[in-house]
Amino acid sequence: MQSAIRCRGLKKTYDGKVEAVRGLDLSIETGECFGLLGPNGAGKTTTIEILEGLLEPTSGDVEILGMTWHGHERELRERLGISLQETRLSEKLTVRETLHLFASFYHHPSPVAHVLDELSLNEKADAMVGKLSGGQKQRLAVATALVGNPKILFLDEPTTGLDPQSRRQLWEIIRQFQKRQGTVLLTTHYMDEAERLCDRLAIIDHGKIIAEGTPAELIAGLSGHHVVEFSISGGNGGGDDAWGRLQGVQSVRNDDGLFCLQVEEPHHTIPALLSAVQQRGAQLAHLTTRQASLEDVFVKLTGRHLRED
Amino acid sequence: MAHLDTQSPPEEKLQTQVQTNGRWAGYWAILGARMKELWREPEVIFWVFVFPLLLAFGLGIAFRDKPADVTSIAVVNNAHAQQMVVLLQRSPQKNAIHADVLDESVALDQFRLGKYSLVVTADDSGVHYRYDPARPESVLARSQVDDALQTAAGRTSPLKAETTQSSEPGARYIDFLIPGLLGMNLMNSGMWGIGFAVVDMRQRKLLKRFIASPMRRTDFLLALGSSRLILMIIEVGLLLGFGVLVFHMKVEGSLLAILLVAALGAVSFGGIGLLTASRAQKIESVSGLINLVMMPMWIFSGVFFSYERFPHAIQPLIKALPLTALNDALRAIILQGAGLSSQWVPLAVLAIWGGVSFLVALKWFRWS
Repeated sequence: MQSAIRCRGLKKTYDGKVEAVRGLDLSIETGECFGLLGPNGAGKTTTIEILEGLLEPTSGDVEILGMTWHGHERELRERLGISLQETRLSEKLTVRETLHLFASFYHHPSPVAHVLDELSLNEKADAMVGKLSGGQKQRLAVATALVGNPKILFLDEPTTGLDPQSRRQLWEIIRQFQKRQGTVLLTTHYMDEAERLCDRLAIIDHGKIIAEGTPAELIAGLSGHHVVEFSISGGNGGGDDAWGRLQGVQSVRNDDGLFCLQVEEPHHTIPALLSAVQQRGAQLAHLTTRQASLEDVFVKLTGRHLRED
Repeated sequence: MAHLDTQSPPEEKLQTQVQTNGRWAGYWAILGARMKELWREPEVIFWVFVFPLLLAFGLGIAFRDKPADVTSIAVVNNAHAQQMVVLLQRSPQKNAIHADVLDESVALDQFRLGKYSLVVTADDSGVHYRYDPARPESVLARSQVDDALQTAAGRTSPLKAETTQSSEPGARYIDFLIPGLLGMNLMNSGMWGIGFAVVDMRQRKLLKRFIASPMRRTDFLLALGSSRLILMIIEVGLLLGFGVLVFHMKVEGSLLAILLVAALGAVSFGGIGLLTASRAQKIESVSGLINLVMMPMWIFSGVFFSYERFPHAIQPLIKALPLTALNDALRAIILQGAGLSSQWVPLAVLAIWGGVSFLVALKWFRWS
């Protein structure tokens, strides 16, 4: 079966020196929601804009719906819905007028009333864009992408800066689009978004894919699906390495005094941990266990957190 | 109605809801959106429509035709001063000359400050005039006062002379001004209307968002140009109508010729505006550029006064400026009733500016 989006050996160098993308291969199937996850500056936006045909790659091939950007630009534009990062739509047009404007560019657009309905923008249809909230503006940006009745939806950081409710609303819109056999490619630096929304993910760092798979596969790839987090106070020390020798511990990480143990079976590790703390004469200040997340995958792969604010 | 909709299955409903757009749907939608945006921006209405009218009104009032000013002169206070005043009172020019008798130091001071155009000092040997040859009103006052004093003292003219007064519509300052303001307005709104709008959209990443859709780039530029032409018709109508109604200006040439020249001007300055805006990323930088481009034309292109006043050597340069060309053609048609064909030189100058700018702009233009 033909991939919806394919690229091979994608490279982008700015001004002959800054390497934003350093050899990237992707294959995204029809109907998939695929996420590019990575920290700011990892090359996500450069990658998605090359795939959108807005940037020319320094080298590498791009194929969208079996077509290339050279020679098929119009056909492709008719079939893609694109929402860029930080587009400010005209404030002196209403929501409905904005959608009519974007619909007019497509040969076979969806009816504006239908899109307003689907994105719950009916109430705001005649409000000026300048009067919308952040979440409503972002929904309108996605609406301008959906009004062309696209086969593939490209969303660059669609939920950045939105409140939790607006984010969930957008996720629902994306799922609805997927139900109609739509393919979605989105970038995000929110791991929970990637985990809940995406069928498959590529984790990007420094312009390269460092891991790829379903969220479950990526987490399973960690040795140890569980994380035991704790911190201690007092005691006579004994070194961080000692925690790694506890039963069932795969790896240890020290985040400013908060120890994170990656473990296979917490019910074996925790009793061992408790007695080790006691032996040191220390007190537990904090103890939790949780499922490993994509964040842990990222930290394991890069030694850094996804969002270093 | 709702109960009718429910009878068709949802899939079928979706199918029937897909619309088809014609070739020019995008063009009309951009033009419509552009006009709505302009109309909803009160500043635009003011600067494009109201401001030129205020300017025309203000300048028309300030430079309206009125009887020549009364000449103010100072007579130095001495034994002969009273005799001078009496002579002036007896002269035929008595209503046009106002004389104050002052001490010499005060008189010279006020002369220097411009209150008086002439200082008259009389003594036993005759009359002494102090005037400034660089001040036209001072030169005029000298000969006017001399003439008055000599006549009052008994001089007769050897040659009989008669005069007729003439101030025809068409030769007044307001008649000169209105076509110049029209040209300047077409330049302003072309440069700002295109240049500013384009950079604003680029800065907001809206241009990039547009080209991420199947929008035709030529449609976008055509729509921008068309919106300029629509505004142009309103601008021309308002300014000319204002001149005719308020200042009884007489439009000699055909309205069609005026509109065609104004359209060429609007489009040419739109092209220059597009070139100015082809790369700028921020509205601050394009504002500076636009002013830099327009500044020489405000000064040299004969908007407020004739460019014949500038040195002969730079006249060819001045005539090569697009606003000079536009103003010349507008004045020839509006004031002298010239036809389009007689104006082919300025029209060609204008067209070359616009055409070359547009082509270079297309080559340089950045959508993101």
